Amino acid sequence: MTLDPQTFLAILAMAVATAATRVGGLVLFSFLTLDRRQKRAMEAIPPAVLMAVVAPTALATGPAETIAAAVTALAALRLPLLAATALGVAAVAVLRAVGL
Amino acid sequence: MPDHRGGRAAEVFSAMRRMAPLITAVIPIGLVFGAAAAGNGLSPLEATLMSALVFAGGSQFVAMDIWTHPASWAALGISAFLVNIRHVLMSASLAPKLGHFPGWRKYLSVLFLTDEGWAVAETHAASARLTPLWYAGAVIPFYLAWVASGLAGSLAGAFLGDPAVTGLDFVFCAVFIVLVMNFWKGARTGLVLIASGLSAVLVHAAVLGVWYILAGALAGVAAAVLMPEHEEVTA
Repeated sequence: MTLDPQTFLAILAMAVATAATRVGGLVLFSFLTLDRRQKRAMEAIPPAVLMAVVAPTALATGPAETIAAAVTALAALRLPLLAATALGVAAVAVLRAVGL
Repeated sequence: MPDHRGGRAAEVFSAMRRMAPLITAVIPIGLVFGAAAAGNGLSPLEATLMSALVFAGGSQFVAMDIWTHPASWAALGISAFLVNIRHVLMSASLAPKLGHFPGWRKYLSVLFLTDEGWAVAETHAASARLTPLWYAGAVIPFYLAWVASGLAGSLAGAFLGDPAVTGLDFVFCAVFIVLVMNFWKGARTGLVLIASGLSAVLVHAAVLGVWYILAGALAGVAAAVLMPEHEEVTA
């Protein structure tokens, strides 16, 4: 049971940042209302962030990762989260095993 | 909704029943998070602290992907903020339903916001008065399940073997691809994703650190704002 000070500081930074987003909505939106354009910008944030996070792994690592990412995306159209995730992970393991 | 009829215990149980399937679904994800944390060299205590204090799976998986030794608090804090910024919208939409929560309880309540808890609370509030007791019955068991499954995963992680061979290093990527697909609302989303993905890949190749997440987020938002408005009406 170790607790590295740098790691603890990083966890605290994440906790504070996340708490700020959760409390932020309560505080901020008692003051202002968003117009259409601002609302659209806010709505685009979650998919844009998630895409930015996965893009280097999915598109610029190698063929195994890119193919597995495509498999996951297609599976997500039909399967629940866990099943689609499992299929993607299995795909990347198999593709790496055969040397892609 | 006759949720108050059976008294306080019945109210809590009604909330727990509503949350049960989501708890079942979050446990394997918590296990995977714990295992990923162990793979990155985090101790069970560190992994559990992260689950308990941050309590936001997406940002925790991102942290595992960009983890460095020693950990960079600035990079991890910024990426957690970016990944969780949707919580601003969620707490804003829930704010009117928490209006009657006494004092600090309103603020404590939003600290337990997740995609799942938010969705369930909003659904309940559409047909009944959202009480502090009902809300607690929904979010606290979910919270405990997340923290406990993260701990279990980090203890078991050492036995799972090399994550590159089992493909476990790809889990977070796969989870996020599924989440991205859930946000799909037509061609407009496609343009947001193309702008974000391209910028992220370019900045990732050119700049060290996690700036590619910020670059992708900004490019995606810019695409959403710059797109002509009329498509929305005809769609």
